[in-house]
Amino acid sequence: MKEPEHRNVEQLVDHLFRHQSGKMIAVLTRIFGMHNLEMIEDVVQESFLRAMQTWTFNQLPENPAGWLMQVARNRAIDIIRRQQHFQQYSQELALELLQETEHTVQQFFSEAEIADSQLRMIFACCHPTLKEEDQIALTLKTVSGFGVAEIAHALLTNEAVIQKRLYRAKQYLKENQISLDIPAGHELASRLNMVYTVLYLLFNEGYNSMFADELIRKDLCMEAMRLCLLLAEHKTGKQPTTFALMALMCLQASRFESRIDENNSIILLQHQDRNTWNKALIQKGCEFLNLSSQGEELTVYHLESAIAAEHCLARSFSETNWQRMLQLYDMLLDQKRTPLVILNRAIVLTQLNETVAALKEIWQIENIEQLIQSQYIFSAVLGELYIQLGDDHNANKFLQQALALTTSLAEKKLIATKLETLAKTKMN
Amino acid sequence: MKDFMLIFRGAADQYDFSAEQMQQHMQKWFTWIDELKAKNIYAAGEALTPEGKTVKGAKVLITDGPFAESKELVGGFFVIKAGSLEEAAEIAKGCPDLPLEGSVEVREVMKM
Repeated sequence: MKEPEHRNVEQLVDHLFRHQSGKMIAVLTRIFGMHNLEMIEDVVQESFLRAMQTWTFNQLPENPAGWLMQVARNRAIDIIRRQQHFQQYSQELALELLQETEHTVQQFFSEAEIADSQLRMIFACCHPTLKEEDQIALTLKTVSGFGVAEIAHALLTNEAVIQKRLYRAKQYLKENQISLDIPAGHELASRLNMVYTVLYLLFNEGYNSMFADELIRKDLCMEAMRLCLLLAEHKTGKQPTTFALMALMCLQASRFESRIDENNSIILLQHQDRNTWNKALIQKGCEFLNLSSQGEELTVYHLESAIAAEHCLARSFSETNWQRMLQLYDMLLDQKRTPLVILNRAIVLTQLNETVAALKEIWQIENIEQLIQSQYIFSAVLGELYIQLGDDHNANKFLQQALALTTSLAEKKLIATKLETLAKTKMN
Repeated sequence: MKDFMLIFRGAADQYDFSAEQMQQHMQKWFTWIDELKAKNIYAAGEALTPEGKTVKGAKVLITDGPFAESKELVGGFFVIKAGSLEEAAEIAKGCPDLPLEGSVEVREVMKM
């Protein structure tokens, strides 16, 4: 019986299993094809169970990731050996065929090929015929190694819904024999756009709403960044727009910790301690922003990351270059005329002392009445603008509306505080 | 101090674990073992693979498996040091598989 050495419990890198799961599934899918996805997921699950059992009672292997890959590889060769019916041939041929197969399989397990397979898998998950919500669920399951319950939790829905989405997506890929190809030419550009959309949604899903369980939401952002980086480092994904999206994520993530205080309350941008912003991420973001300027393209990701950079680089809220901000929002509006962009541009207008104009812009948003009834952010901003104008009646009305709509505890607290302040000033 | 054997029987729930849950569960085991080692309680331990054979009777019949339900399968064992059976059982309460419906059999090693 061997005595395990003292083992540092932190020895395993964060999310090793999860990340490894994505790699193993990608490589095995390259070998066995999309139609075998279920079998592949079982193989990966078995490998983890095996690791869990072996590592628990013995020492950790020197290279845990490599160990897992090795198990997956051996299992793959095993399956091929059993399915190939080599006994139909002479021993000599059978041996040669087997060796050749093993050699080919081995090649798929090189670092470069693993990255390649992962990229192909992302492309498959973002197949244009799949619904957006199915793309996201499938990406999280197969590329990111999330469990069904974890996906449901992260996307604020229930397990049955996620099961259904995954089933639908897998069924489609299977029936239509979607292969793990990297598209070329025009098709590559349009598929990359799908991938950007999915990664962008993934990141925002984690970034924009805050719930009791903060950790898993942050995980979503980190996962989106990990996949985007994978894209940025791959010869096919190395595009200016990929860099722009990566810049946006880095810059937004740099403020992650400063947005919430110890009581889980939201800290507004103007009150955030800028010293707590992650400088390394800001720098990374700026580097990617520089890289993104190669070429002709100016996408929404370029503009949004430029806006984020203005915030990150301003020394204080009041020193923000609002004029430049307005220009960027004008350009963004040209490409993405959504109610949310109009709303954000209106906020910039108020910083330029044009609150009346800002309100006018907001009221001109199409279907604004309906948006106010359904999305708290519109009434929250309206409430704030009416406070600035000293219109207590309207301020009160819209803040109450926002309070009723938001499900986020942090947001609720923030709005409640504003309402209290309003009530106090009224009394004085 | 006497030697005790802790025999761990399967936590079936872990088969449905996500990758992250498995890693976290394994970390719990690591932490527990490290705690036992720090207190000089842990003497040894091994995992068992699920496959096995049973050799039985005067006719020496060899059959595959115990093939017990996965719940009853022995996953591994520890040898630990404790003052009494009660104390050993108390230590076994720390087993991370218990919340997953796993079980621990605690037996004293007989010494001459």
